[in-house]
Amino acid sequence: MTAVQKRIFINKLALVFSTLSAVIALAFLFWILGVLVMKGVSALNWNIFIYEGAPPGYAESGLKHALVGQLILVGMATGVGVPLGILAGTYLSEYGKNSKLANTIRDISDIMMSAPSIVIGAFVYAVVVIPMGHFSAWAGAIALAIMMMPIILRTTDDMLQLVPGTLREAAFALGAPKYKVIMDVVYRGAKAGILTGVLLGVARVAGETAPLLFTSFNDNFFTTDLNQAMPSLTVTMFNYATSPYEDWQQLGWAAAFILSMFILGLNILGRLILLTRKKGK
Amino acid sequence: MVDKLFQNLTRISAFLILLIVAWIFVVLFNQSTEAMQTFGLDFITKDEWAPNVDKFGAYAAIFGSVASTFLAMLLAIPVAIGVAIFLSEIAHDKIKGFFGVSVELLAAIPSVIYGMWGLFYFVPILRDLTGGMGIGLLAAGIVLSIMILPFMAAVTRDAMNTTPDILKESAYALGGTQWDVIKDVIIPYAKAGIIGSLILALGRAIGETMAVTFVMGNVHKVPTSILSPTTSIPVTLANEFTEADTSLYFSSLFGLALTLLIMSFVVIAIAKFYFLRKARRA
Repeated sequence: MTAVQKRIFINKLALVFSTLSAVIALAFLFWILGVLVMKGVSALNWNIFIYEGAPPGYAESGLKHALVGQLILVGMATGVGVPLGILAGTYLSEYGKNSKLANTIRDISDIMMSAPSIVIGAFVYAVVVIPMGHFSAWAGAIALAIMMMPIILRTTDDMLQLVPGTLREAAFALGAPKYKVIMDVVYRGAKAGILTGVLLGVARVAGETAPLLFTSFNDNFFTTDLNQAMPSLTVTMFNYATSPYEDWQQLGWAAAFILSMFILGLNILGRLILLTRKKGK
Repeated sequence: MVDKLFQNLTRISAFLILLIVAWIFVVLFNQSTEAMQTFGLDFITKDEWAPNVDKFGAYAAIFGSVASTFLAMLLAIPVAIGVAIFLSEIAHDKIKGFFGVSVELLAAIPSVIYGMWGLFYFVPILRDLTGGMGIGLLAAGIVLSIMILPFMAAVTRDAMNTTPDILKESAYALGGTQWDVIKDVIIPYAKAGIIGSLILALGRAIGETMAVTFVMGNVHKVPTSILSPTTSIPVTLANEFTEADTSLYFSSLFGLALTLLIMSFVVIAIAKFYFLRKARRA
């Protein structure tokens, strides 16, 4: 074998290995996705949306309690986490800029973004659940909001920095005060980006189980009382899947399917918003 | 007036992040002082975890966390790099778009679903193959590796994509094969970024709860083989937090949480400050 042939051979070998690993990885991932869709679709029916949790063996059992609980928890977390995240991101991009302080906040927030979610659950347990004396929807929402804030902060910061400085200067030249420039010019310019960030942040938080395990805990019945334990799709899924009852496991898969579709939907929507904006330019 | 108000509002929100992080450390530290005073260093070096006699040693959980993460990295890194090479260099543009987006979407699937899949589909296969219980360190490592794979592949690909085309084209012009370009141009150029991304994935794996809770077994023993059931810090927390009945038990669980937080903080900080900053500068 000549040197050239050897190199061509090694090249082919390496490329085949790399393609093979891609195929293996995707095979595993599509296997999981396939299981999720097959199991989830076969477990779906209208009862799921009509009935709340029931003891195993009852035909009239559903996930209404967990669906509503999930919406309340994620909705509350969004209501707190998004404004705080956007404001903090605004500070970094518009006021702090490249100062040492702003960069420190950026770094700490980035680390927070990858911090173990179960630790945040433990923290909220210590500062909210213990003083209150019981699990509550508030605690769950706070845990999720803490997880969400760094994500929103990061995307807001990035997106605001993309707005050209000349736009700001033009607004200043017209005599606008800084807050007006930010609200009417900078935010407007970065609208699509911020919206995408919010959607991705919501999607990320909606799939979290660990921070809810000992904050909002779980409940097998429908409730809207924010001072009590509140069921969520993720924790319900965890409890049902680890139970020995077949019909509960079925419901667990249905919950997994609904939640995944919701999260994938948000992700795709976020991407589409960015994409259409890029094309529009 | 409004201007000042708005500025202060944004400033307070930004400082809130620092405050929360500091607060988390303080709270976890305070809650775990009882355990630290009672056991001292034994807390992290002894593996006897016996709530009935109020003895808590976290060594098994720490070992389980490190071992399962190590196993997951060992399995995921070669595959993720392969996928990243495939996505950035080999795949045709049309396939690239499709596979690239699917990998990113798969990274968004909640980890609890990977855990459910592991319990119902993967553990039985492993049980038949190896004859053991199926549940254990190996199952946890494999499920964890599959869970972090999409994230790892996506960020590694992004790091590889930072290589300027002009460098690649020069190498091709010199007669390099595709593999020559990958190993002599792209990987050296993006090295810091790739390593940073891999460590970032490691930080995620070490704190991951739901993907491994189903398949690890929650047995407080240092595993004797790769197949034996064991536990990790997040698994212990998820299973026992709501069951803790004595204050020492509780304090020990907070001690575990603090240990985990410090471990992941250090890992992520290394990735961010050392490798990724270097990559950004380069």
